[in-house]
Amino acid sequence: MNKIIDSAGFGRTVRRLAHEVVESHKGGENLVLVGIRTRGEFLARRLAKTIEEIENRHIPVGILDITLYRDDLRGRLDQPHLKSTEILFDITGKTMVLVDDVLFTGRTIRAALNAIMDIGRPAVVELLVLIDRGHRELPIKADFVGKNVPTSLRQEVRVHMTEVDGEDAVFLVDPADQPKEAQR
Amino acid sequence: MKLQSRHLLGLEGMSKEELTLILDTAVSFREILDRPIKKVPPLQGKTVVNLFFESSTRTRISFELAERRLSADVVSFATAASSVSKGETLKDTARNIEAMKIDMVVIRHSAPGAAHFLSRVVDANVINAGDGGHEHPTQGLLDMFTLREKFGSLEGLRVCLVGDISHSRVARSNIYGLRTMGAEVSVCGPKTLIPRDIERLGVRVYHRLEDIIPHVDAFNVLRIQLERQKSGLFPSLREYHRFFGLTKERIDRAGRPITIMHPGPINRDVELSADLADGEHSVILQQVTNGVAIRMAVLYLLGASN
Repeated sequence: MNKIIDSAGFGRTVRRLAHEVVESHKGGENLVLVGIRTRGEFLARRLAKTIEEIENRHIPVGILDITLYRDDLRGRLDQPHLKSTEILFDITGKTMVLVDDVLFTGRTIRAALNAIMDIGRPAVVELLVLIDRGHRELPIKADFVGKNVPTSLRQEVRVHMTEVDGEDAVFLVDPADQPKEAQR
Repeated sequence: MKLQSRHLLGLEGMSKEELTLILDTAVSFREILDRPIKKVPPLQGKTVVNLFFESSTRTRISFELAERRLSADVVSFATAASSVSKGETLKDTARNIEAMKIDMVVIRHSAPGAAHFLSRVVDANVINAGDGGHEHPTQGLLDMFTLREKFGSLEGLRVCLVGDISHSRVARSNIYGLRTMGAEVSVCGPKTLIPRDIERLGVRVYHRLEDIIPHVDAFNVLRIQLERQKSGLFPSLREYHRFFGLTKERIDRAGRPITIMHPGPINRDVELSADLADGEHSVILQQVTNGVAIRMAVLYLLGASN
């Protein structure tokens, strides 16, 4: 297991992404962040906290659960646990930055966009990811990227965050490194 | 965590974990009902047939709404109980369902065990929407959901079912579900309408409302069916109301709020006075809204992943 971002690097990346979002929107009043469960939620909260410190105003954060919109629901044997979407503000007309930890095939983002459109009509939706590992299967591109990580299809990118995993780090896992139970 | 069975036939024998999974999943669907677009796609391409061999408005509409909000294709089939004889015809109907390649079946029938029978002869997922005096699992679940929403937990909650326990599938599903979740359940009604061995299900029996009112957090008031009077199980509706009708004066003697539930349709001023049904502690309309969320959860858990 190869650690590609450590705790300090993680903090720096999140701060830089927050600055990029602020710069790109030049203090736009309509900015909202929506994190995709699970780690996208915590990432969105941290980004919002940093942006709030820079801009000195409140940034609304929503949480999106995309389970109902997945395109692999039918083939799965273990049903993913359905959790709630918690977007407690009107998203219509807002500039929305969608936040997720890893961008891979793009299918999660496709599901998230469909879910968003059923909730309201944002003026703009942008995508922010901590890691872009390539291998897209859909025409989707991120607007803000923490780190581009070239990977092979057999490798796995694992993002750990203090809120769920007890530490901030990003790992690149080779198939040989994986313990048996972690392999699907 | 997933449900053990591919059918929902009754709450008897379901584990606490399974019931909790359904209730938790329904919380997510309850949120969707408040959105401007109340529709999500997990049952896209699935066909659900609603077989109602017994008249029903609320349950059928609730199931249909739940199915449509999950993007399923819906076919509803309703018939009066009189025109359908049991057994042979149900089997024939089942064969027809098989032939039409339907994915899920919701069935309401006057014969106890009709849903079990259907689940043995068809390949589709079967959901029991009430089978005679046996069970009405989605009603039991939505009552539990409503109580959990109101009180936070079902553990130790004191719930009393009032009325005709003998003929009530709602009572049976409530007793099984609530007992499994750790609630204290009692029943109250005339001796002729309470099965003699009901204590075996772990409930306490009362024959006077005055005896139970001081010891209860919520009443689930069952509909008194008018045809029961003709069979001599109680003398008159007026007398039933005098002894077992819940009224504001009776409840107020408790000196604290008691939540009122009713599976509908209400006979106003028979089993429940109008002021209580419309009062601030009534959650009867929440039950109806929650019914859609619970049915969405059950349909999703049974139908979305296979």
